[in-house]
Amino acid sequence: MKGMSSIVKKITQLLSGMIFLYGIYIITHGHLTPGGGFAGGAIIAASLIILVLAFGGDELTVVKRKEGSSVTESLAILAFLLFASFALIIGTNIFFHNYLPEGIIGNLVSAGVIPLYNILVGIEVAAALFTIILAFIIYKEEISK
Amino acid sequence: MSWLITLFVILPMTAAFLIPVIGKLIKGFQKTITSVVFLFLTVLSLFFLFDGNTEVYSYKIGGWEPVNGVPIAIYFVIDGFTILMLSIINLIGFFSAFYAISYIRRFTAENNFYTLLCLMVGGMNGVVMTGDLFNLFVFLEIAVIASYALVAFGVEKNELEASFKYQVLGGIASLLILFGIGLIYWKTKTLNIADVSDILKYSNDRSFLLFTQIILIAGFGLKGAMIPFHAWLPDAHSSAPSPISAMLSGVLIKAIGIYCIIRLFFNMFIINHEISLVFIILGSLSMVLGVFLAVGQWDIKRLLAYHSISQMGYVIIGVGIGMMILANNGNKSVAALAITGGLFHLINHAVFKSLLFLNAGAIEYKTGTRNLKELGGLFAYMPVTYSTSLGASMAISGIPPFNGFFSKLLIILAAIKGRFYLVAFLAVVVSIITLASFMKFQKFSFFNKSSITEKPKIKEVPFPMCFSMIVLAILCLGLSLLIFPGVRETVLTPVVDILMNTTDYSSTIKDI
Repeated sequence: MKGMSSIVKKITQLLSGMIFLYGIYIITHGHLTPGGGFAGGAIIAASLIILVLAFGGDELTVVKRKEGSSVTESLAILAFLLFASFALIIGTNIFFHNYLPEGIIGNLVSAGVIPLYNILVGIEVAAALFTIILAFIIYKEEISK
Repeated sequence: MSWLITLFVILPMTAAFLIPVIGKLIKGFQKTITSVVFLFLTVLSLFFLFDGNTEVYSYKIGGWEPVNGVPIAIYFVIDGFTILMLSIINLIGFFSAFYAISYIRRFTAENNFYTLLCLMVGGMNGVVMTGDLFNLFVFLEIAVIASYALVAFGVEKNELEASFKYQVLGGIASLLILFGIGLIYWKTKTLNIADVSDILKYSNDRSFLLFTQIILIAGFGLKGAMIPFHAWLPDAHSSAPSPISAMLSGVLIKAIGIYCIIRLFFNMFIINHEISLVFIILGSLSMVLGVFLAVGQWDIKRLLAYHSISQMGYVIIGVGIGMMILANNGNKSVAALAITGGLFHLINHAVFKSLLFLNAGAIEYKTGTRNLKELGGLFAYMPVTYSTSLGASMAISGIPPFNGFFSKLLIILAAIKGRFYLVAFLAVVVSIITLASFMKFQKFSFFNKSSITEKPKIKEVPFPMCFSMIVLAILCLGLSLLIFPGVRETVLTPVVDILMNTTDYSSTIKDI
């Protein structure tokens, strides 16, 4: 896939970092403010997607990136399942048990396991949306051949 | 029992997401883990089925206790009906996965196949276990979205068209179900099925209830392919890979269509005359029209798919008659007989219809065609496929020693005792036409010697496919035992009790 003009490239470079940071903010404050894993993950995916669209890349690198993001997605879900069933393994017999200390309401580090779930959901959503876009790009490359 | 029931969701999901990670590194990992997980879950569910404990059991996810008697956690509810459905889902899932070990070699992307299969089974397990309406919707979407992808797995023109049709109609169904759930939530301010049932008991807003019920019948009817909503089923079930057709036809339309209808209309809503009449009419329509559409088909899998519609009609009639008699305060023993017949036919249909789809897959695997006109004379070359499909054909057409006979007999007896003479007559006629169409299937695929000389190289299918077919054929005979007293009390009676005493479900769960 061909990249875009140098103006677009430069502006994308400037913006994508900020978008990425904003996504992280939304994810980590998921238990305090509106938003959370899904919304933040979508924002992070957007920051990665505009980079791919602006800079392009040959087909091989796109396929490689897709494999990487697909594995990341699976690993995030596995980690989520592990966190959720951790209490089952250690013997409290409760699925999705909130076993960490809950802290003070309103602090960034509070609410036990929920921020961790948010972070994993964020990784999974970002990787999944990125994979979908890359699959579209690969499909378009194959069609145009 | 306790926390072990969460394994029915955790294990398939873990397997599903381990496969894309580890499957690339270790050869054969995907086949092994899928079969092992399903076998383990089958054994676990059969253990629950036969341990003699018939109490309703509820598991609170996250450990949230009810506040002032209002349940706030998501509940997993385990009763006889759930355990029965779990056994069917995981049993058929295991045989399909084992059969696929040989069958799916023709396709690329085996990892994706097994991932999607695990997700579908995990979703269905969740649907039958959950006691929460929105959770039901979420698991239902997991199961059906995996099935959309699996229908399109061949990525040819027909498969993609069938999958698109299935997606559009399935999307409408999901929308209707979500709308119905939204209406219930708006009215009752709760999503827990037991709690909703408790509140609806005192509600006198009749028009609202009927509207919600009809929306839900349309939604789940689309998923379960009753006749006015059946358009997607013949395409989708015939173009999926054969193990998946067996799963879709044998389990999916039951777990996310019929199970949800029975659970919600018996245990959540109050039974009434009008809705049960709707069920009897829809069931009769499905039964009659399905078989007439089936008998003219020349594509084996399309023929089987139309028969699924027709056979599900029997289940709906059985349950509908039971519901009608309960609503009119009729003879309870007749109602119990009708519901037993319906549920028994549901189990039987899962077994023989999956077997028939696996047979069709075996024929397609060796000959490369599904068209009955091009087949013939296979009985000498494929003895296992021939004998197992003969057993399944006799079971579906209701020939005495096989399980299909007993369940149809129960439904027809209940219809006569409950004075639904027309329904009983139609059920007998449909059974005869079913026999005719399966004689056609047997004759054109296995006998009919016209084209026999052209296929000297055909041999029997490999061991995993033979194994699945033989065990399912034995089950076709063995499940007849469920009708006898002693076995019936352990398996079918707890389920019928749950459905007959409609309000017990909510009161037991609220008490726990």
